[in-house]
Amino acid sequence: MELLSGGEMIARALEDEGVEYLFGYPGGAVLHIYDALFKTSKVPHVLVRHEQAATHAADGYARATGKPGVVLVTSGPGATNAITGIATAYMDSIPMVVLSGQVASHLIGEDAFQETDMVGISRPIVKHSFMIRRAEDIPSTIKKAFHIATSGRPGPVVIDIPKDCTRPDEKFEYHYPDSVKLRSYAPAQRGHTGQIRKAAKLLLGAKRPIIYSGGGVIMGESSELLTTLARKLNYPVTNTLMGLGAYPATDRQFLGMLGMHGFYEANMAMHHSDVILAVGARFDDRVTNTVGKFCPGAKIIHIDIDPTSISKTVAADIPIVGPVQSVLQDLMEIIDNLQEKEPLLPDTAALGRWWQQIEDWRGKHGLWTGRRYGESKRIMPQQVIESLYRATGGDAYVTSDVGQHQMFAAQYYKFDKPRRWINSGGLGTMGFGLPAAMGVKLAFPDMEVACVTGEGSIQMNIQELSTCTQYNTPIKIINLRNNYLGMVKQWQDMQYEGRYAMSTYEDSLPDFVKLVEAYGHVGMQVTKLEDLDRCMDEAFAMKDRLVFLDIFIDPMEHVYPMHVAPNGAMKDMWLSKNERT
Amino acid sequence: MRRIISILLENEPGALSRVIGLFSQRGYNIETLNVAPTEDVTLSRLTLTTTGDDKTMEQITKQLNKLVDVVKLVDLTEGAHIERDLMLIKVRASGVMRDEIKRTTDIFRGQIVDVGPNTYTIQLTGTGEKLDSFVAAMAEADILEVVRSGVAGISRGEKVLRL
Repeated sequence: MELLSGGEMIARALEDEGVEYLFGYPGGAVLHIYDALFKTSKVPHVLVRHEQAATHAADGYARATGKPGVVLVTSGPGATNAITGIATAYMDSIPMVVLSGQVASHLIGEDAFQETDMVGISRPIVKHSFMIRRAEDIPSTIKKAFHIATSGRPGPVVIDIPKDCTRPDEKFEYHYPDSVKLRSYAPAQRGHTGQIRKAAKLLLGAKRPIIYSGGGVIMGESSELLTTLARKLNYPVTNTLMGLGAYPATDRQFLGMLGMHGFYEANMAMHHSDVILAVGARFDDRVTNTVGKFCPGAKIIHIDIDPTSISKTVAADIPIVGPVQSVLQDLMEIIDNLQEKEPLLPDTAALGRWWQQIEDWRGKHGLWTGRRYGESKRIMPQQVIESLYRATGGDAYVTSDVGQHQMFAAQYYKFDKPRRWINSGGLGTMGFGLPAAMGVKLAFPDMEVACVTGEGSIQMNIQELSTCTQYNTPIKIINLRNNYLGMVKQWQDMQYEGRYAMSTYEDSLPDFVKLVEAYGHVGMQVTKLEDLDRCMDEAFAMKDRLVFLDIFIDPMEHVYPMHVAPNGAMKDMWLSKNERT
Repeated sequence: MRRIISILLENEPGALSRVIGLFSQRGYNIETLNVAPTEDVTLSRLTLTTTGDDKTMEQITKQLNKLVDVVKLVDLTEGAHIERDLMLIKVRASGVMRDEIKRTTDIFRGQIVDVGPNTYTIQLTGTGEKLDSFVAAMAEADILEVVRSGVAGISRGEKVLRL
């Protein structure tokens, strides 16, 4: 058996695990590891400019590929800088393994230089964490970490590694295990057949059904199955912010996103439904509005791999714990069998009336059927997303930051495929978009990758423009510039009588064109509507260049629909500044 | 409603903090906590008491089960069970109180485990309620110190919590 040092074992284990990219930043506690990587590793390392960006880039990579993102940071500030990205991944159930350096074992607890209790600090935002105590445990711990991060409901796993465990002069027999055995960890492999049978019956008997699908469908690689099921039954589908792309947006049965900024027809259909099939979604507060008023006439079937997601906020009538894929397969089979016996189900007459009702809603206030934005001569943010959609043929990977631009992108870019829409839904992390886009572009260098952002968010990780230069990641940055923290301003307009408390930057914004040029990229300013499409096309025509489009939009525009809160139901929405349901 | 949850936990560093952290992180309440290794040194047995409605309790048990370090758990209050809390209580014992305290201790079947010229240390086991009653009965005495182990519990009969 081969003898390797702790550092070398880490490098080798990452190779054996099939890791394609390592995102990281060196520092004192991880220098042995970096030296081992330098000498032996075939895994390319991406040097970010801030550890937060390493986690977001790994996260973007993971969301786009379905494989775990891998991060290597040093102890102390390296580890704490990674925290926001770990929390982001945790909230959205993204598989990630974070290796953090730690001071040498004999220094732990002594407030040594760059010491921080990473296992402690990260505890509430990881699926699990490990502290290496003996170098010989490194291979098996890495195996366990990848297994936990990628199985069941995925999530980030931290491995904290004291420096002495990676010493180059102490060698150990290296063996990377083929499998993992953890007596206390066994995610569900199948759903309960009895429950699935009950669900099938309820579903087939529905008169006003709706399928509410979330990020779990994407994570569980079940978009096709879900689409097949929905089409077979002719039931309407709405996706959560995290679930966009799980069902093709351009399909007739798609009602758009639901929730706080969901489509009118989606929220209305949810509220008036009699049966909700919730798949890999978690009844988040940004979906349900007031829980007590949530969909009063609906029976709820809830499929989720994580039992804690079920009946956490909204009680499920038929809970099914299991992987979405196997549960949907079982559900389809049972539905087929039931339909052989009862060919009249579902009730097509009732379903026809339900669709008529939905078409009425759609015709009245559908986002894609009527233009909801005003007469302004200025560029409207919605038009920018439509232009982006057109220029990329609807086939780009779109990452976003957090705020109004994120909601406009979610509403107006029609995602037909899973894993194309990459945003921080749960934690709502500004600064996510640019590093995430880097991770996606590295995974798919031949695909178009656009980062939709705002001048607030982009400045939270703008240093990564330098990383994009170093690793040649020619993404396109679509900056919806309104000179405000737009979503904050919207709330201030709506709830604080337009007092823009610290939500503007006065005249301090940089000249973004010059800024990106300083990094070696291309910058373009777009101020007139008639230039929008042309500039968008020019940007995407520059295949090998990172292009930053600084697009001046109407700063007064709000995102609509918007749930009326507090105390509103799903159906209670603002449709414009002075119009509500 | 008060519940007693008993957990088999990996006996590893950090495992306990994950359980405790879960409670504070999700706004649940821990009233008592008792933890020690079992006959299998790789496992700790942890017993905690908490209160909450059915929905909260369902979430607590699901969230605990989700922790990778939690091997198994049981809500002892769902069935017949035995619970015991151990208390050491040090009281001022001089003059007439010396006899009075001894009598009350006997009534509660406690033991005086340390005798000083002016103090008694009494050991008492039982349910939390019994210990509370004893403390109440000592109202006249000058209580110097109270130490309680927190509830430890086990199911009655054949039902066992083990691997």
